[in-house]
Amino acid sequence: MPNTQFSPSIDSRPVYPGLTPHGASPAIMVADAEGAAALRELAARDASVMDRAQVVLAAGGAAGLAEARALQALQPKGVSHEPDLAAALPLLRRLLAEARMGTRLYLAGSEGLIGQVSALALDAGLPADAIESEHRGPIARRMQCVHCKGITEGVTTDPFTCSHCGLTLFVRDHFSRRLGVFQGVCVDAETPGIIPEPQEIRP
Amino acid sequence: MSRQMLLRVTEVEPLTPLVTRFRFEHPERAALPLFSGGAHVVVEMPDDGVLRRNAYSLISDPYDGSGYEIAVRREDTGRGGSRFMHGQVATGTDLRVSLPLNLFALDPRAKKHVLIAGGIGITPFLAQLRQLERLQQPYELHYAARSQAEAAGLKLLPQTAQVHVHISENGDRMDPGALLEGQPIGTHAYVCGPEGLIAAVMDAGARLGWPPSALHAEAFAAPPPGEAFRVTIGSTGAEIEVGPHQSLLEALEAAEVEVDWSCRGGACGRCETGVRACHGRIEHHDHWLSPEERAAQTKIMPCMSRFRGDRLVLDL
Ligand code: FES
Repeated sequence: MPNTQFSPSIDSRPVYPGLTPHGASPAIMVADAEGAAALRELAARDASVMDRAQVVLAAGGAAGLAEARALQALQPKGVSHEPDLAAALPLLRRLLAEARMGTRLYLAGSEGLIGQVSALALDAGLPADAIESEHRGPIARRMQCVHCKGITEGVTTDPFTCSHCGLTLFVRDHFSRRLGVFQGVCVDAETPGIIPEPQEIRP
Repeated sequence: MSRQMLLRVTEVEPLTPLVTRFRFEHPERAALPLFSGGAHVVVEMPDDGVLRRNAYSLISDPYDGSGYEIAVRREDTGRGGSRFMHGQVATGTDLRVSLPLNLFALDPRAKKHVLIAGGIGITPFLAQLRQLERLQQPYELHYAARSQAEAAGLKLLPQTAQVHVHISENGDRMDPGALLEGQPIGTHAYVCGPEGLIAAVMDAGARLGWPPSALHAEAFAAPPPGEAFRVTIGSTGAEIEVGPHQSLLEALEAAEVEVDWSCRGGACGRCETGVRACHGRIEHHDHWLSPEERAAQTKIMPCMSRFRGDRLVLDL
């Protein structure tokens, strides 16, 4: 399954051009179960990308175990396997804090993973042009409610219900790079109770 | 054209045999607009019938509006602007000075700043140091000069652990690769000085995998001299002669052809002028046009670029 093609939108909507190898420079690679395939394909194009790469796989279950083994076989500098992204965050914070200029960050997987790790990396000072990203897997979004500021993960319909304050929110393409989230705005503020039928969100 | 103020020279201090510091203040001691480290002003010099305008980095404290200070290196073979400042300006001289403009600002996203200066390229960093001290941000400054006697910055730099001076005459040559290697992420590097130094820092950065957004170079430079050439004004058919030590912009101004400008150093884009016909080759010296635009020869930056050939018709 290749990199997802999203329809054109406003400038603030992140785009994921796909992973391009930068040779044997120091690297941090982060993927979920679907994104791991993109890392394998990257290594197939240029095996040297793994020479100094710290790979962090955030994927549980049997699929996670299988991917962890497949990535290990590419002989990166190290592979850390965590059940999900939340469990991987402390390690990522430490890797970023210790990283030197010249380090590349390769991100592959869901928009939530790419957005959240990018935000962490930018906050640590990594320039945006040192980040490579490729979208794989479901197109669920990580949404922030602009009213209560709570974050709802894995949103697949528009509108959706804020998992914190319960408002019905419209899925916008406005994206916060600082937080790594799309913005959700109350859909019935002007006309309370008039809520459009939820649709499956599309790429 | 930028807005200007008439300011009075209140201090003239030779820093080295070639470099002199000038301080400008408002004649009524009014406060001047504050600026940010890396900003420059354009000083207007009425020199013997020729009006010269040169850009100089501000070296004084960006948070101090009581005056602006610049340091000017005398270029004896140059275009005369620096000779005018050295020869004809004294305490009490009034000169027109533009509002400050910054094309070489510190990047607010940086966690650490590495400032690299060669020779007179130290000037923008003198103001940036004050800003960094005020913001309490980590930095290191590396200043390379040929000899102790020529190093104008020595008199103006604070003596702190972050300031490193490399005097090549004493066998201490600056190694850009060593300065960039192993820097923590979030480090931004800034370079100002001779073209060779800028290229060396950019090359070292690229080799070490630094992304372009973390490498900053002071782009504006003095217009280079060259052979005299001639241009045609499209709307009137008038022919204008550009002298060897004159820029096209200066020649247009002398002929009272109006062209917008701001940096006069090929960095801001304000003077961009269309070309209607070009029989010859434009010598692009700016940092504004893209390689494709240069190759197309349909645009010229009159503040920096020159022409060699039969006929150049400007869309003016
Ligand atoms: S005046 Fe700034 S590019 Fe010419």
